[in-house]
Amino acid sequence: MPLFSEPNFRYGGDRSLYVEVGDEITPEVNRGIRNLLSAIDKADLAGIRALAPTYRSILVYYDPLTVGTEALKEQIAGLYWNLEDAEVGGAKIVEIPTLYGGEFGPDIDFVASHNGISEAEVVEVHTGSDYLVYMVGFNPGFPYLGGMSERIATPRLPTPRVRMVPGSVGIAERQTGIYPLASPGGWRVIGRSPIRMFDPGREPPSLVQAGDLVRFTSIDETTYKKIEGEVEAGTYKVTVREAG
Amino acid sequence: MGVIEVIEPGLLTTVQDVGRFGYLRHGVPVSGAMDPVALRLANLLVGNPEDEACLEVTLSGPSLRFRSSAVIAVTGADLSPSINGSPIGAWGSTAVQQGDVLTFEGQESGTRAYLAVAGGLDVPMVMGSKSTFMKAGIGGFEGRALKAGDMLMTRLPNSSTGVSERRIPRSLVPSYDSSLPIRVMLGPQDDRFTEAGLNTFLGEAFTVSAQSDRMGYRLQGPKIEHVSGPDIISDGIPFGGVQVSGDGQPIVLMADRGTSGGYTKPATVISADLGKVAQRMPGDEIRFQKVTLEEAHEALEQQESGVERVKAYLEAPVSGRRYTITVDGEAFEVDVEVARTAWVAAGRAVVWGVGGEVKEFPVEVSVG
Repeated sequence: MPLFSEPNFRYGGDRSLYVEVGDEITPEVNRGIRNLLSAIDKADLAGIRALAPTYRSILVYYDPLTVGTEALKEQIAGLYWNLEDAEVGGAKIVEIPTLYGGEFGPDIDFVASHNGISEAEVVEVHTGSDYLVYMVGFNPGFPYLGGMSERIATPRLPTPRVRMVPGSVGIAERQTGIYPLASPGGWRVIGRSPIRMFDPGREPPSLVQAGDLVRFTSIDETTYKKIEGEVEAGTYKVTVREAG
Repeated sequence: MGVIEVIEPGLLTTVQDVGRFGYLRHGVPVSGAMDPVALRLANLLVGNPEDEACLEVTLSGPSLRFRSSAVIAVTGADLSPSINGSPIGAWGSTAVQQGDVLTFEGQESGTRAYLAVAGGLDVPMVMGSKSTFMKAGIGGFEGRALKAGDMLMTRLPNSSTGVSERRIPRSLVPSYDSSLPIRVMLGPQDDRFTEAGLNTFLGEAFTVSAQSDRMGYRLQGPKIEHVSGPDIISDGIPFGGVQVSGDGQPIVLMADRGTSGGYTKPATVISADLGKVAQRMPGDEIRFQKVTLEEAHEALEQQESGVERVKAYLEAPVSGRRYTITVDGEAFEVDVEVARTAWVAAGRAVVWGVGGEVKEFPVEVSVG
């Protein structure tokens, strides 16, 4: 039973409410989340302060002095029963140009040897499929991507790096992702992208949103430098395609 | 436009307002004041909208020179605010002159103080808020804590007449008594802890560790037992969410918490007690007390009616109002016809009699 027939509510204190619509990480549950998020956005319910969607639940921040908790639950349940799948439009594919290996991807040799394949094959597998953005969270612009091949799955570093360079493309077990900001991190770094995953001056500030697909493309160092310059000058245009 | 020069930045001084709520789905944390009620009251004292940005001052305060005259207020922790070395007291507003220097002479109570300036701080709105989120370099003053030499711009108030020398009455000042229990509501994942684990969480004392910051208060104490491990499918984290990871130690997640996380949360601090947590410091004790949703909402209503009472009190002109003054137990109704500089305070009346005898009476004042 991938999508609950009734939303399940949990309390996050006296001013926020969790609305759970499933109990696993599947594209179907995630689509349910995006449909419900869009429905709540559109309904513009009184007293709702903010919405934090994740894999299988939405944390609804509300003002209990404006809307009663039970009334809010009823309104959200009502929206859930009447959800239409048409709420979210067709997926788009966002291309993330990535320079693999070398100093930009210091762990690619470990990922290759751990899986008994060549570095070129790591790149081939990593660029070979589209990844669903399940959620953007934890840190600004950090996408939680699903659907990476087991052929390049690799455990985290035993000791996290103190500083991940922004744009680092990493692997942790069966997850892959991009670090939008300089931060400590334990993922195996296989490459780096020159594009900005997060820009507070951009609207929306996060390059990818839940429901988007991400496709990594392999670039050489010359292209990397060229894109880096264009990003710096504000002239770079991210390649976005409609999903077929 | 006014200018504040940062002579010394203090331990951690940042620009914060009530938070950034519109971008959680982009992974952007709420940030904002750790003690939002103290920030709101500071703004009310100087006549600002209550959600205006203030400086959040931590433990060891900054030294600030006002390059132009201003009206300021300090609330929250009492870190002994002083102008040119003379104490101005917390929970009041003060007029400062060009060249005056504000310092914080030492901690009396609490951890975080809020400095409001009439007119507000002139920093850009980033994603709908002036709050600083340092980790990503977003908002506030250049996305970072203040440092020596910074020049912070302030906006001129519409009118600052009548807002200096105002003081929030003692009965309306929030209590930061660090022996008070911190009230929590169970959930979202209390079902992931054993009965013994929840008893530990609700029955034992925890100590605030030195690794506590604006992201969260790390607590040390007896291990809280899970049913089957600490991992969940990542979900959202509310202000005050208590997270218990594999080591069984709780973290109370605060203003700079990530938008989501993957560890179990047995309970959430109720909103009326968030300020109490924010005002504790490393080494302080925390005991949790379970309350129901109804009790939490009652506490929130009480808090908000307190803010409303402050608002009504501050907005009421002293002139033309009737006060009940109780001297040594005897009540007198007094009409104030005209007041120049006046504020309402309780204290003691000292009366010198004609025969040279001196008498002292306790005095209480109430409006109406």
